[in-house]
Amino acid sequence: MALKDGKRVLVFIAGVIAVYALVKLLAMTGFLNPYWLRILDQALIMTIGALGLSVIFGISGQFSIGHAAFFGIGAYSAGLVTKSLGGDPFTFLLALATGAFMAGLVAFLIGLPVLRLTSDYLGIATLGFGIIVKVGFDNANKVIPEMGGATGMTGIPQVANFEWIFIFCILSIVLARNLVQSGHGRACTALREDEVAANVVGINIFRYKMLAFVFGCTLAGLAGALYAHRYPFLHPSSFDFLPSIDFLIIVVLGGMGSLTGTIVTAIGWVFLLEGLRTVLGSTFVDYRGVIYALLLIIVILVRRQGIFGNKEYGFLAPVVRRKEGRNATIES
Amino acid sequence: MLTVRNLSVYYGAIQAVQDISFEVKEGEVVTLIGANGAGKSTTLRTISSLIKPKNGEITFEDKTVTNLKPHQIVGLGLIHVPEGRKIIGNFTVRDNLKMGAFLRKDKAGIIESMEEVFARFPRLKEREKQLGGTLSGGEQQMLAIGRGLMAKPRLLLLDEPSMGLSPILTEEIFEIIRTINQKGTTILLVEQNAYMALQVAHRAYVLETGRVVMSGDSQTLRDDQRIRAAYLGEIA
Ligand SMILES: Nc1ncnc2c1ncn2[C@@H]1O[C@H](COP(=O)(O)OP(=O)(O)OP(=O)(O)O)[C@@H](O)[C@H]1O
Ligand SMILES: [Mg+2]
Repeated sequence: MALKDGKRVLVFIAGVIAVYALVKLLAMTGFLNPYWLRILDQALIMTIGALGLSVIFGISGQFSIGHAAFFGIGAYSAGLVTKSLGGDPFTFLLALATGAFMAGLVAFLIGLPVLRLTSDYLGIATLGFGIIVKVGFDNANKVIPEMGGATGMTGIPQVANFEWIFIFCILSIVLARNLVQSGHGRACTALREDEVAANVVGINIFRYKMLAFVFGCTLAGLAGALYAHRYPFLHPSSFDFLPSIDFLIIVVLGGMGSLTGTIVTAIGWVFLLEGLRTVLGSTFVDYRGVIYALLLIIVILVRRQGIFGNKEYGFLAPVVRRKEGRNATIES
Repeated sequence: MLTVRNLSVYYGAIQAVQDISFEVKEGEVVTLIGANGAGKSTTLRTISSLIKPKNGEITFEDKTVTNLKPHQIVGLGLIHVPEGRKIIGNFTVRDNLKMGAFLRKDKAGIIESMEEVFARFPRLKEREKQLGGTLSGGEQQMLAIGRGLMAKPRLLLLDEPSMGLSPILTEEIFEIIRTINQKGTTILLVEQNAYMALQVAHRAYVLETGRVVMSGDSQTLRDDQRIRAAYLGEIA
């Protein structure tokens, strides 16, 4: 086990360094201009948030339709920290921790009553919660003038460069992977597959739903916190219903239960939308909803299990222990 | 070991179990028999806390368990092998078995239990890496029982282990139930196959529309005219 796993970890680390070097090289030679570098950062931020929903919905089967609201909570609360205390590295890290923590805390409070019910209720509750949060952001300036209200929040120091975002993206991937492959992750998958089965083997269903939900929303908060320090303008509409649908589409399109699928699809999705925006120009906004609907219909018709099904690859694939034989499957 | 007193269970307005009482003593195999919809599964689901009773008390080894959560019940060694198997189709046979030991921390003991299950069900050993959902019905039943055994049960609740099995496999499963009991696990068995159930059980309770209408040791019930007519398919 140790050897095989160790080798995969080394390959993963080598891959991470290679990707970093490649991006830097492309940026230096001008292949990636600042515009596309910005989109790349956005793709990585999106990946962090989408990994969160992947754990909640893909791995644990808990339907949440308000993921962008947690992203927004992370963005605004982190932004408040640096806007008032300044943007030195220490305050920036404090802001990221605050954003992640606030989103996780709110998730915990919502989960307390709702996660005792079936997954459908979480969907309804998070839908309602998303609307409330949007209204809250729209009117936040009445309580905290710094938050800007419906006109948006500005003045957050833009200190999140590619390096920071890249590091936190990798960190999120490692965290999500370790959670999913642990006994806790297996318990989450078991309760997704069959709650009665999970109950009769002694899995505390409520506790594991809570674990997945808080973990996933914390990642959304972290992603939002990074976003606030990369894009100088926070607007309530960036965190309402449609962006939540973006996260859902990424998880479903990538394949429910596959972190690999979520990562690849999150990055692809951001670049696809940006490409469409470039091609369609201002009409893109009008066609966005149509494109989403078409894509989902195509996926359901052609490949219902999503691009990656529930398979994992490379570093993300479960470790095959010697004792368990060489041919163990790589089902998530 | 297990005592059920004046238990009543409702689904909304429908009363599925009406004021039933029975007990299972340590070392016994006790069976609940009865027709479709008699309330047998409901009784087991209530014991393992998957549903809450309206009235009544359940004690396990002198401890009231009526208000415990399902995972706490499992922690006491009261293990439910539910109707319809409820194994995890996307997990391998081995992973399903491992799930059965979810609350155990003794790594060596878990490996030992796994070997015991494989020894008892060689077919599962052959299919160790196969996905649970691709097993045949009989194999899934073996897996469900094996998963229950992985928890080191003190009392095993078996809900219709013979459902959908061929006569030969049914015999095989009942033989296994007998040996599990002989090795020291107490069993509460729910069955529609009254003939087989009365062969392995020491005592039996007969349920009709949510009530216990008859009880006694298996031999006596096997000889009873009404039982023979209603459950053993004989013309009275
Ligand atoms: N989830 C449910 N909601 C409503 N009614 C239910 C539910 N589950 C069971 N019932 C009803 O409760 C009664 C008892 O059902 P139960 O499943 O306990 O019967 P059973 O004795 O196990 O029958 P079988 O031998 O067919 O499995 C039936 O009338 C059934 O329709
Ligand atoms: Mg039943």
